[in-house]
Amino acid sequence: MGKVTMTVNGRQMTAEAEGRTLLSTWLREGLGLTGTHVGCDTSQCGACVVHVDGQPVKSCTALAMDLDGAEVRTIEGMANADGSLSAIQQAFQDHHGLQCGFCTPGMVMAAAALLKENPKPTEAEVRHYLEGNICRCTGYHNIVKAVLAASGQDVSGLGIAAE
Amino acid sequence: MPKDGIGASTKRREDLRFLTGNGKYTDDINLRGQAFVHFLRSDVAHGRINGIDTTVAADMPGVLRIFTAADFESAGGLPCGWQVTDKHGQPMQEPKHPILAEGKVRHVGDPIAAVVAETAEQARDAAEAIEVDIEELPAVIDMKAALAEGAPKVHDELTSNLCYDWGFVEENKAAVDEAFDKAAHVVSLELVNNRLVANPMEPRVAVGDYDPWGDQSTLYTTSQNPHVIRLLMGAFVLNIPEHKLRVVAPDVGGGFGSKIYHYAEEAFCTFAARALKRPVKWTCSRSEAFISDAQGRDHRTKMELALDADHNFTAIRTETYANMGAYLSTFAPSIPTWLHGTLMAGNYRTPLIYVNVKAVFTNTVPVDAYRGAGRPEATYQLERIIDKAARDLGVDPIALRRQNFIKPDQYPYQTPVAVVYDTGNYDATMDKLLEITDHAGFAARAAESANRGKLRGFGVASYIEACGIAPSNLVGQLGARAGLYESATIRVNATGSISVYTGSHSHGQGHETTFAQVVADMIGVDASTIEIHHGDTSNSPMGMGTYGSRSLAVGGSAIVRATNKVVDKAKKIAAHLLECAPEDIELKDGKFSVAGTDKSVDWSGVTLAAYVPHNYPLEDLEPGLEETAFYDPSNFTYPAGAYGCEVEIDPETGKVDIVGFAAADDFGNVVNPMIVEGQVHGGLAQGIGQALMENCVFDDSGQLLSGSFMDYAMPRADDFPGFKVDHSCNTPCTHNPLGVKGCGEAGAIGSPPAVVNAVIDALHRAGHTHVSHIDMPLTPSRVWAAMQK
Ligand code: FES
Ligand code: FES
Repeated sequence: MGKVTMTVNGRQMTAEAEGRTLLSTWLREGLGLTGTHVGCDTSQCGACVVHVDGQPVKSCTALAMDLDGAEVRTIEGMANADGSLSAIQQAFQDHHGLQCGFCTPGMVMAAAALLKENPKPTEAEVRHYLEGNICRCTGYHNIVKAVLAASGQDVSGLGIAAE
Repeated sequence: MPKDGIGASTKRREDLRFLTGNGKYTDDINLRGQAFVHFLRSDVAHGRINGIDTTVAADMPGVLRIFTAADFESAGGLPCGWQVTDKHGQPMQEPKHPILAEGKVRHVGDPIAAVVAETAEQARDAAEAIEVDIEELPAVIDMKAALAEGAPKVHDELTSNLCYDWGFVEENKAAVDEAFDKAAHVVSLELVNNRLVANPMEPRVAVGDYDPWGDQSTLYTTSQNPHVIRLLMGAFVLNIPEHKLRVVAPDVGGGFGSKIYHYAEEAFCTFAARALKRPVKWTCSRSEAFISDAQGRDHRTKMELALDADHNFTAIRTETYANMGAYLSTFAPSIPTWLHGTLMAGNYRTPLIYVNVKAVFTNTVPVDAYRGAGRPEATYQLERIIDKAARDLGVDPIALRRQNFIKPDQYPYQTPVAVVYDTGNYDATMDKLLEITDHAGFAARAAESANRGKLRGFGVASYIEACGIAPSNLVGQLGARAGLYESATIRVNATGSISVYTGSHSHGQGHETTFAQVVADMIGVDASTIEIHHGDTSNSPMGMGTYGSRSLAVGGSAIVRATNKVVDKAKKIAAHLLECAPEDIELKDGKFSVAGTDKSVDWSGVTLAAYVPHNYPLEDLEPGLEETAFYDPSNFTYPAGAYGCEVEIDPETGKVDIVGFAAADDFGNVVNPMIVEGQVHGGLAQGIGQALMENCVFDDSGQLLSGSFMDYAMPRADDFPGFKVDHSCNTPCTHNPLGVKGCGEAGAIGSPPAVVNAVIDALHRAGHTHVSHIDMPLTPSRVWAAMQK
């Protein structure tokens, strides 16, 4: 057991960790930041994605002890300073990119990382990039649409016959 | 209509908390003083428990108590909610389903002991130190082997592994056989409906809490139907009366059926919290979910279709083996029977149908409803055999369907399998499908694929489903041990805002938004003044929860009925205020006015009068404005549609790519088109997943080979193209007040046969005409192997 300190969503936060404590557990149980979700135990689902030093990381694969001093951003730190939804969050709401919301934090964090790396991705690039994030509810259609919309692209032709 | 009324694609209000990490899922609940449980589960599929030694484990750090079956002698088994009667009129065989294994373990994952400790890690460490002496017994995994003479029995106290042998309609069997004898053409097909794992992204969680001073138990759980859990667990398992038991299902991260059932872990946490007088929490890992969540499908069927010389369908005969797994999950017996046999007419006029189902116990994880539940199995059989018939007869599969469709002037249509369809127009959805898939352009696309060395194919499927379950008196006759109504309370507050309490439960469906749209539309107030509450037995009236695409059709109808009661009373109050007769009051856009005059009072004027009744007809009317209604549907609703899939196959590898998928659905009236489209997308992904990649496999000894996301292929974003969905061809339901039908399961029902039909089409176009069928999932190796023969 030892104390681990990180800058989480811009604030210095300290909580206990054992050697085996995962970053996801440290965030959820140590800091009470339950927005980061755990959907599997084989690092396959991506529900737990956060940003560590600017890079997307599956927080269930990282040990908290190893990350003392790191800069971490979670879904709780994604809204604008005034509390309104950021562009990517807003696009998920506008295009119905979530249903049960369980995969959503990881999806939003992964999508934000994609757009930082590739500000105008193609549909195929979005689908490929999100391959590590499983959503059981949406069939991905509206997630892909939301990410493309957040990148400023026209999504009106994306296959919804009713529109 | 207010701007967020019926028919508007209102953005979802619940998204704000989900998008900012502020959802409240069960695992986010941590109670003061909570302890943690870890279940020691069987690693063999079948075995006799000769002894459990907990001495070492009990002394390990943090361990509070270790429970085994002996601790549950006063408790009942997990009840089964549906009793099926077999073809001889006898009740199904119904073995006990204990909370912790008694004497024997019957599947990998069967819980043997439970350790409660101060931390989850301590509980897990101690569970590993429990010594269990298990004598492994031969396991039965294959259904036909399980029914063979002398097969090992899953339950020693039963006469065999046959749960029931069901015939539907048994009285029609002779006539069906005769129709086959006389048929001009008989087509038959043997097919497998592969076992699936629902895998909602949120694993199950249960937190039991107990207040000894008030003798109050509370269970927080990942459930689609908290009232049902309270009823089953309280009355049948733990003997806790309803007023001493509260069940809360907060935000739930998907269900797809797998969170309907009452599970052992829920009863355990409730029981252990009482025993230890501390909250007890269980969080399921994904690996544990694969061996403890009820699974879906797993049917083996021989399907036969008889046609006359003009290609009219004259009879259908099926024989299905349905896997129950090791125990009867809550609604398991009803799935292959009443949710499957009754759908065997599909969209077609087939006068004679006989469905036989043998439900079988095996040493595998229990099987129950998974998105669609019985209806996908029926649709798959029908839509595959019609394609095969068209191929055998050398006719167009779409034309053969159209020729046999029930036509719009034939409603209400009495099928030979009990259900009566109220409305529909199957040609309309087929026309729409062909339009949105650009069927006319297929030949050119196929040629272009061929230029790239790829095989292109197109397949269609029609479907109908019975949802909005269900009329209680009917299901009672069929063996249901519950009613299937829904409830709502509309509590109008003094200043006019409205709190709605529903017995439906949202785990992704967006009820907080759509139900508010319905009430806003009816009263003419802004949807933002309406709040929807659900998921807590302490504040909602007794409700049956969400499954079977019933929330809007049944739960929404209860809301309409309760709102009508509120409006009726509000009109009386308005009449008093405006000094006229209640019959003369009109409510429009949130204003009550006297017909033909300019006298009016607005909504909040009336609601204030109801709670501050200074000028109020107290001798005739109670103060307050709150009404509860229950709605029991008079029939199922029958969504239907046509789905089309375009595939491209790589002949070198057998890999199938979905290059186009379109769905034309008739859901009746639609409250929120955006949400409806999202429901279809999600269903399509699950159905295409079943068709192409998902498969739950046990080896001969009963070990689960697909026990994680590494081995069980979950569909991912790059497995699909964008979907084209349309719901413009609608025929409103005739018997519920909103005219709605239910859209949650359609995608998973109609898509598997469309995919398989498309693959077979591609292979035939490429000259592989010997391939009449490939069982799902159509993995590259299966498709490639089929091409080689
Ligand atoms: S919880 Fe981290 S990948 Fe699934
Ligand atoms: S929204 Fe439910 S898993 Fe993605």
